[in-house]
Amino acid sequence: MRRALVTGFAALVALVTIAPLLWMVSVSFMAPGEAARFPPPLLPASPSLENYRQLFGTYGALRFLANSLFVSTLATLLALIFTVPAGYAFAKLRFRGRDRIFRLLVAALVVPGQIGMLPLFLELKAMGFVNSYAGVLVPWLAGIFGIFLVRQYCLSIPDEMLEAARIDGASEGEILRRIVLPLLTPVVVTLALFVFLSSWNDFMWPLIVLADQNLYTLPVALAALSREHVQDNELMMAGAVVTTLPVLILFLALQRFYLSGLLAGSVKG
Amino acid sequence: MSGERRAEEARAGWAMTGPALAAILTFFLLPALASLLLSFTDFDIYALGDIANLRFVGMQNYARLVENPLFWNAMGNSLLFVAIGTPLVVALSLCAAILVHSRWLRWRPVWRVALFAPYVTTLVATAVVWRYLLHTRYGLVNYLLSLFGAGPIDWLGSPTASLPAILIFVAWKTFGYNMIIFLAALQTVPRELDEAARIDGAGWFVRLRHVTLPAIAPTVLLVSVLTVAAMFQLFAEPYVMTEGGPAQSTVTILYFMYEEGFKWWNLGSGAAVAVLLFLCILAVTLVQLRFARRAGAI
Repeated sequence: MRRALVTGFAALVALVTIAPLLWMVSVSFMAPGEAARFPPPLLPASPSLENYRQLFGTYGALRFLANSLFVSTLATLLALIFTVPAGYAFAKLRFRGRDRIFRLLVAALVVPGQIGMLPLFLELKAMGFVNSYAGVLVPWLAGIFGIFLVRQYCLSIPDEMLEAARIDGASEGEILRRIVLPLLTPVVVTLALFVFLSSWNDFMWPLIVLADQNLYTLPVALAALSREHVQDNELMMAGAVVTTLPVLILFLALQRFYLSGLLAGSVKG
Repeated sequence: MSGERRAEEARAGWAMTGPALAAILTFFLLPALASLLLSFTDFDIYALGDIANLRFVGMQNYARLVENPLFWNAMGNSLLFVAIGTPLVVALSLCAAILVHSRWLRWRPVWRVALFAPYVTTLVATAVVWRYLLHTRYGLVNYLLSLFGAGPIDWLGSPTASLPAILIFVAWKTFGYNMIIFLAALQTVPRELDEAARIDGAGWFVRLRHVTLPAIAPTVLLVSVLTVAAMFQLFAEPYVMTEGGPAQSTVTILYFMYEEGFKWWNLGSGAAVAVLLFLCILAVTLVQLRFARRAGAI
């Protein structure tokens, strides 16, 4: 009895929580104007792909989808290349000043990225990176959180394993490639997922850096479109589905990695 | 181990951390510090065209901001978001975590994922969805209210309802994240402790108040600190849902900085706003820490 009651209540709360997402999908299949009624219809009278056709046909959403895929993939690769070796080195390689630098990095985590946005914009303008993907990608190279995540994971690698490889004459680079990287698969997946999702969802920085509409990522394009088409609810819902469904599916497929990373990250406080 | 090997290890250490450190320095730390310098200049659209037009103006940007009612309006809105939003989100996340942690719950992973899902969705997309949900005439929210005989509320069109409307959206979007953190903390509270209190006849609420909450107090603090910082950094929500309106009622401090810097190109003044934003986050966090220390939470 108690079980049914608690479970039923949880189901209700969960339903209310995901209702906006379900409704978003439902309305995206409605005919133009169908959702502008009272009471609001829950399901489309005759489901159609008209909104998606318009979105990809008239508004060229395919380009924005491709842009977003390109930016997020590149952001993920670059972030991994920059942060994974650094995280390992901070955990396992002995060099002077290592712990002091790492403490400094952790302290710097309290500074929100937005604080330096205006000077960063000027800096990138001087480098000629404004209105290009290079400018959008640059903040993902400076991922302190990723270094932190990888370092925590690397601390559990036994030193004996690395020493044995050194005695066998392996260079430090070989040790990272052949011995450490295979062990890091779970945390690399977690980090990749984090960066991909965050860069996909990112809005403020691409909005600032990108001026050319052809370069817009999905969120920036959707925000611009929604300001022009306040009344076209069905079209906007289709745009929201295209923007958010890829990351939602990615999360659902790899949620175990995502949640474990989230917890490792929150312990930092 | 030989000294040569030691030297190679140190070299490798620098080689592996070097690129990341250089990137952090160039694209994160230096810009953050430069904000402070920029805030003492009159960097504007003329300086953007020709750097020779740049002047050092001391505290003038700050003095102007203090006299600007729009700045105080944005500051007031952000403080409202912090003051109402933080307890709201923390309470909501804690309730959700307690529900999902309940020993009577079946299919726990399913509910956990469902409640967490809004957090990973694209903010701009769900803001567009909520703008529609909160529509005065066709929105589902007002429809549900009408079933109880209330409303209709002009959520995004009235200066008094717009901020609460955005708060509802923010709470929906973020509570799942904090819930996961709370869940991890709840799992560390020994069940026996709760069990013992139950055998002693303590009711559900008493056990929550005197057993569970004290045990997870540090996590409550952590979540509050994170939420305060997040509430100070709202930008896309008002940008998409209300464009800061109506009547400037949802202009946040970050939105103000964005307009000052990238709409009017007053980068000096915008940098001053950024510095003040950082000081605000720092100040509130320090107050929270002190309060927590006095209450014995850490």
